[in-house]
Amino acid sequence: MLYIKCPWCGYRDDAEFHYGGEAHIKRPFDADSLSDEEFSEYLFQKSNTKGLTLERWVHTSGCRRWFNVLRNTVTNEIIEVYPSDQLPSSKAGKEYYKSNWRRKSAAERLTTRQIEK
Amino acid sequence: MKKPRSNFGMQGLRSEKEKYSIFSLARNAFTNHENWAQAWKSPEPKTEYDVIIIGGGGHGLATAYYLASQHGMKNVAVIDKGWLGGGNTGRNTTIIRSNYMWDESAGIYEHSLKLWENLSQELNFNTMFSQRGVLTLAHSEHELKEMNRRVEAIRLNGIDSDVLNPAQIKKLVPIININPNLRYPVMGGFIQRRGGTARHDAVAWGYARAADSLGVDIIQNCEVTGFNIKNGKVTGVQTANGTIKAGKVGCVVAGHAGVLAGLAGFRLPIDSRPLQALVSEPIKPILDTVIMSNSVHMYVSQSDKGEMVFGAGADSYNSYAQKGSLNIIEGMLAAAVELFPVFSRLRMLRSWGGIVDTCPDASPIISKTPIDNLYFNCGWGTGGFKATPGSGHVFADLIARNEPNSITAPFTLNRFVDGYLIDEHGAAGVAH
Repeated sequence: MLYIKCPWCGYRDDAEFHYGGEAHIKRPFDADSLSDEEFSEYLFQKSNTKGLTLERWVHTSGCRRWFNVLRNTVTNEIIEVYPSDQLPSSKAGKEYYKSNWRRKSAAERLTTRQIEK
Repeated sequence: MKKPRSNFGMQGLRSEKEKYSIFSLARNAFTNHENWAQAWKSPEPKTEYDVIIIGGGGHGLATAYYLASQHGMKNVAVIDKGWLGGGNTGRNTTIIRSNYMWDESAGIYEHSLKLWENLSQELNFNTMFSQRGVLTLAHSEHELKEMNRRVEAIRLNGIDSDVLNPAQIKKLVPIININPNLRYPVMGGFIQRRGGTARHDAVAWGYARAADSLGVDIIQNCEVTGFNIKNGKVTGVQTANGTIKAGKVGCVVAGHAGVLAGLAGFRLPIDSRPLQALVSEPIKPILDTVIMSNSVHMYVSQSDKGEMVFGAGADSYNSYAQKGSLNIIEGMLAAAVELFPVFSRLRMLRSWGGIVDTCPDASPIISKTPIDNLYFNCGWGTGGFKATPGSGHVFADLIARNEPNSITAPFTLNRFVDGYLIDEHGAAGVAH
């Protein structure tokens, strides 16, 4: 059982929420220029980490708003809850975000380049 | 030769070359059953093996057994971080069936069911395989129509399946509630009469004993911490007890496939989630069929000990904690009590969770990997137990020949690149 602190409604049982999977997966702007392998990596490959993970939740039975969570998948400890349009602010969260393989994936490189233009 | 000392419990069950039979049972009765030999040895690992199988669950042990028995590979080790069958092999609800809709799934699951039918004889170990029938319920007009379509597809693959109406279901399962005023009434169902259950521990022990007698080394309490990879080819595994060289490595670690793929330097399209089950106090025989319901998500059977064995759904979130949320169990029990009012005063004895590796298309991966001579058999999701013999059989074939056969070919890792997915989400018995 998870006990999740919704940023707007406070602590609630996890039965009130829906899981949104891994957070910070960016859709590539120009998917056509990715190879099948690169697109498969974006679409299907999972981080599925044993330990810290960044993930999305939505408070379905409450305020119906999305937010992000930094959780340990072994202990189910929730370390940080933060808005879905932001990056984690805790040290562990920042480190995990930076070291995640997606930061180096072709899909994400493409997204960043497009934004810079 | 020194007679092996008798041992406790599961390891105390076989003398050299002794076959289990009524005669060996009678013979050992004269010595108060103190002279049964170990069912398998627990040797120190050698420095090198032709094949190392990581994961001593049913699938891994079956793989080792078939490598030795079908492919003549005797220099094989099975290594496990814990004890045999301590993972999902000992945590599932032991349901066996092959009524899957797609041809690819029918191929692997029916292959497996056929092996189940002769498994106790082949292993000389009673797996308590019981073909008591698996009945899947429909609770709406739409579901019933979909079920009829699925039954035709299943029968086209030569797999037995029959649609039953509520009256026929009531006759088969007298304790079921077919009152049409239920929130989710029983509108019909389909049954695979060749389906059923088996004793999960016995499957692991039977394969372990048979593999051991063919020369396979079974090494427990030896966690794999890394792979030795040279020029894109695996050459051995690093373990808690040191490095072991290997010609080939097969990885069958339900719940941890993603972790081991990470150690080898690649990723899998797998999410690991808790799946829960629970058993009641034992009662007299009351249910001789396996009942599954997809839409209210409940499955139940009665074990030979008399316990009602309930299976709940998987939690939605990723976790390696081997426990799930209570609301999943509450939802399942609410459905169970509505369908079987007689269960309402049953007390539950135990509940537990296992970590299941689920693929985006709810079908397994039995495949070569980006690393040469490293093979993965994973992603069985919520329903791997039924496939134990078939999975081991075809995985052994893949490892021995380094080439997929007609059954394993569709289950390649590459299907997530070329898009040839085998979408079994809810197409079979219970939602994944």
